[in-house]
Amino acid sequence: MPNPDQTLTEILNLAAAHFKVSREKLTPDDDFFKTLGIDSLQTLDLLTRLEHHFHIELPDYELQGVSDFRTLADRIQARL
Amino acid sequence: MQSFRGQALSWELKDGVVELALHREPNNELGSMALAEAEKFADSLDQLSRTAHALIIYSTLPSGFSAGADLRELYQRSQNVQPVETIRIVRDQLERTHRVLNAIDASPLITIAALHGIVFGGGFELALTCDLMIADKTARFCFPELRLGLIPGWGGIPRLKRDLGNAVVRDLLLTGRSLNAIKVQQVGLVSQVVAEGESLRVARATAAQLGKFDRHTAVTAKKFIKPIPYDELRQEIDLFCELFTHPAVDAGLRKFVESTAAQPYLP
Repeated sequence: MPNPDQTLTEILNLAAAHFKVSREKLTPDDDFFKTLGIDSLQTLDLLTRLEHHFHIELPDYELQGVSDFRTLADRIQARL
Repeated sequence: MQSFRGQALSWELKDGVVELALHREPNNELGSMALAEAEKFADSLDQLSRTAHALIIYSTLPSGFSAGADLRELYQRSQNVQPVETIRIVRDQLERTHRVLNAIDASPLITIAALHGIVFGGGFELALTCDLMIADKTARFCFPELRLGLIPGWGGIPRLKRDLGNAVVRDLLLTGRSLNAIKVQQVGLVSQVVAEGESLRVARATAAQLGKFDRHTAVTAKKFIKPIPYDELRQEIDLFCELFTHPAVDAGLRKFVESTAAQPYLP
């Protein structure tokens, strides 16, 4: 099982690769809507990819109000 | 009509397979235009069934299969009219939509939904009319209606109950959460999960396989296996219309339509 730092790193790597954003531009406390330039449907796409990557289920209501990678990583870590 | 090119959807019959494509930007929101064109399709189904053996329904849009009913249109049509008139409009739309979906559900064609991306609300209900669902890994399924103060109105509950255990139906409906394709396969709704971008190709391969079997036997088997829950479908229309009179619906629709939040599609 990845530790919290590894989980956060994997999320940042996945988001950068999928949305074609330079990895160096992403930091844990970024607002991912702004940094990635994504809307709610693209957020669901990201959620799907994260679920497949980590082999978890993360109900989307747990993402309500979540906008930074660190909190997202916390939510995922709680399901690992 | 063996082929049709509309603004919201198109179809074509080729090699015994009808392909119905949804292509209304941005997310295949299903409104009055899609309904009018879908009625043309339903009216053509008998003729298509004489030469075809399968139907594939898919979306050409990158965002997914369909975001469901056109809530902006629904909200606008419910404004500035008396509640009685609003309900009359809503019931008429529901009756017409049910007629189309029931025709697809009961069609002698073996029907396949080739899915990717969002499969939400009315889009999910359209997929549920099909005999087989083939989803790629980007597919995400959701019934978000409860946050609007409504239940699914296009046959969602009766058809989910037909295909799934009641606990899964409750989870989908009462939480409004979305599920990925692997989860939906695990609960028994999706028959195949394929790599991103492969659902239409696999649906075509499946349709070709179905064409090898005796047509009469396939139609007989389908009719035996897949009853249409007509009584519950009718109850659903009545329940939906009853709920639509509640103030929570107007508030829920307004919130969605006027939302500038980044997360309007998150239940």
